[in-house]
Amino acid sequence: MMMAPQRASSAGAERPAGAHGPRAAVAAVEVRDAAVRLGGQTIWRELRLTVARGEFVALLGANGAGKSTLLKALLGLLPVASGQIRVLGRAAGEANRAIGYLPQRRTFDPSTRLRGVDIVQLGLDGDRWGLPLPLRWGRLGERTRSDREQVWRAVEMVGAGPYARRPIGELSGGEQQRLLIAQALVRRPGLLLLDEPLDSLDLPNQAAVAALVAKICRERDVAVLLVAHDVNPLLPYLDRVAYLAAGRAVEGTVQEVINSATLSALYGVPIEVLRASDGRLVVVGQPEAPAHHHDRHLLADGAGDRHAD
Amino acid sequence: MRTEPTGPTIGWDVVRDVSQVLEYHFMVNALLAGGVVAVMAGLVGWMMVLRRETFAGHTLAMMAFPGASGAALLGVPAAWGYFAFCGAGALAIGRFAGAERRSWSERSANTGAVQALALAMGFLFVSLYGGVLGDLESVLFGNLLGVSDTQLLGLTGVAAAAVVALAALARPLLFASVDSDAAAARGLPVQALSISFLALLGLAVAATSQITGVMLVFALLVAPAASAQALTARPLPSLGITVALGLLVVWLGLGISYYSVYPAGFFITVISFAVYLLARLFAMALARRSRERAPAASRPGPRRGVIS
Repeated sequence: MMMAPQRASSAGAERPAGAHGPRAAVAAVEVRDAAVRLGGQTIWRELRLTVARGEFVALLGANGAGKSTLLKALLGLLPVASGQIRVLGRAAGEANRAIGYLPQRRTFDPSTRLRGVDIVQLGLDGDRWGLPLPLRWGRLGERTRSDREQVWRAVEMVGAGPYARRPIGELSGGEQQRLLIAQALVRRPGLLLLDEPLDSLDLPNQAAVAALVAKICRERDVAVLLVAHDVNPLLPYLDRVAYLAAGRAVEGTVQEVINSATLSALYGVPIEVLRASDGRLVVVGQPEAPAHHHDRHLLADGAGDRHAD
Repeated sequence: MRTEPTGPTIGWDVVRDVSQVLEYHFMVNALLAGGVVAVMAGLVGWMMVLRRETFAGHTLAMMAFPGASGAALLGVPAAWGYFAFCGAGALAIGRFAGAERRSWSERSANTGAVQALALAMGFLFVSLYGGVLGDLESVLFGNLLGVSDTQLLGLTGVAAAAVVALAALARPLLFASVDSDAAAARGLPVQALSISFLALLGLAVAATSQITGVMLVFALLVAPAASAQALTARPLPSLGITVALGLLVVWLGLGISYYSVYPAGFFITVISFAVYLLARLFAMALARRSRERAPAASRPGPRRGVIS
């Protein structure tokens, strides 16, 4: 099992929610020989993946390789056909309260009349039934106050303070993405699952959000599994990568995985990895897997009655 | 100014004007029923506008037509028809059209199909009934000035139930409305919430359209909520403004109609529209001022395409 490098633990108040029990022994994510089938098609099989506590791992691969599918399997939203998935020491789907999940590509309608801070607040109490009583004293008032502090801590953590009170629909893509990361972060999760958070951001914003996720990973001691198309903005921060292709995966450090030999073996066709003078990696010759179109439609009811379009 | 024997007249003495209105039991009942409707329709409508389900709300309001004509055909009270058709319509839209995974245009097209079918059924019921459907005008425009004490009591009961149910669902519904993927990952039953809200909307529409008519309930569902959301993005003040505007619109409309020969529904709808127009203009002016004040650096960048 991969162990996380020792990190300086932040102030004691910031214990991750999932960090009870013998934490060093239990990985944040442990996938053993798992397979997922969707609509009669095997997306991947014999998949192995380990993310240790506090580790920052990127999940790479072409379109349709099943990266988002893996995140949904980790959340228990899709069943595994074989093998086993453990998340924070529990079965997939049972640890969701301790997971911060950022779904793929969400933008808000420009007319959405809620503030950024309200969107973050929903990450904290959006699954509580009933209404909070607007009390300012007593036990309930205490809860309202501590909720508000927790929301603003998450907002400050992502640096969204200056615009968190503006309507979410009026914010730029980068600003919305930071607030959505704050939403995933607000319950102090032990694991963050981020599905393409850099997608459709411009280059400076990609670099800034990558640095932000790395900072959260270090300061909050939270494990991060981040789905990305392009590994380059993440290179300075990653502990390890997992590369998903042709229904299988390899994991290891960036050097171990993203090289011509490993990727050629994974894809079964010759792949060339070039390194630019500034350290950026370019992967040449990877075949695009057939797109499944499952990724975005299957979330609402898990089982999914809509097969491949 | 003198009081003429032919009817009430309005003067500059506001206290006298108001007490004159309150002299009649039917006016007191109208004001109370209008107030109850304004609160319920405002709150349910606020969620409807936020969920962009205005068209679903309109379709549910149209269910009153097959509801009333079907009830007349079967010889049962009209209220049964209202509730049956609004409930069935909510389920049909929820199952057939409202699925969260469908695209926006697909959903609205399906909702439109449900509406067309309902109106066709209403048409069939009317022709099967043969006679003249005497209630048709009150189906459309309501009879706010003829609310009985029993009706008022029933309306208040339904409104209280609807508001309590909405409060119970409030946060998960809000979460599922603005961010359904994240809500589903948190284990919230997004689809069930969507259908529950449509059922709630159907209940609110059925209860109110009996008294205020189809046209009016829709004005009260949309205009106050849309005005409030144009004015502020903060949820609680927005809800407060919605209720306040709803009450203002209904009571002002009823008050004016008392001194006029034209029906209350007309004034209420016109005032709703005027309020909405003013709110939009105000929001535009506000946005322009904040744009001029904001330094270029903190301006919102180019927006990405909207995916619903």
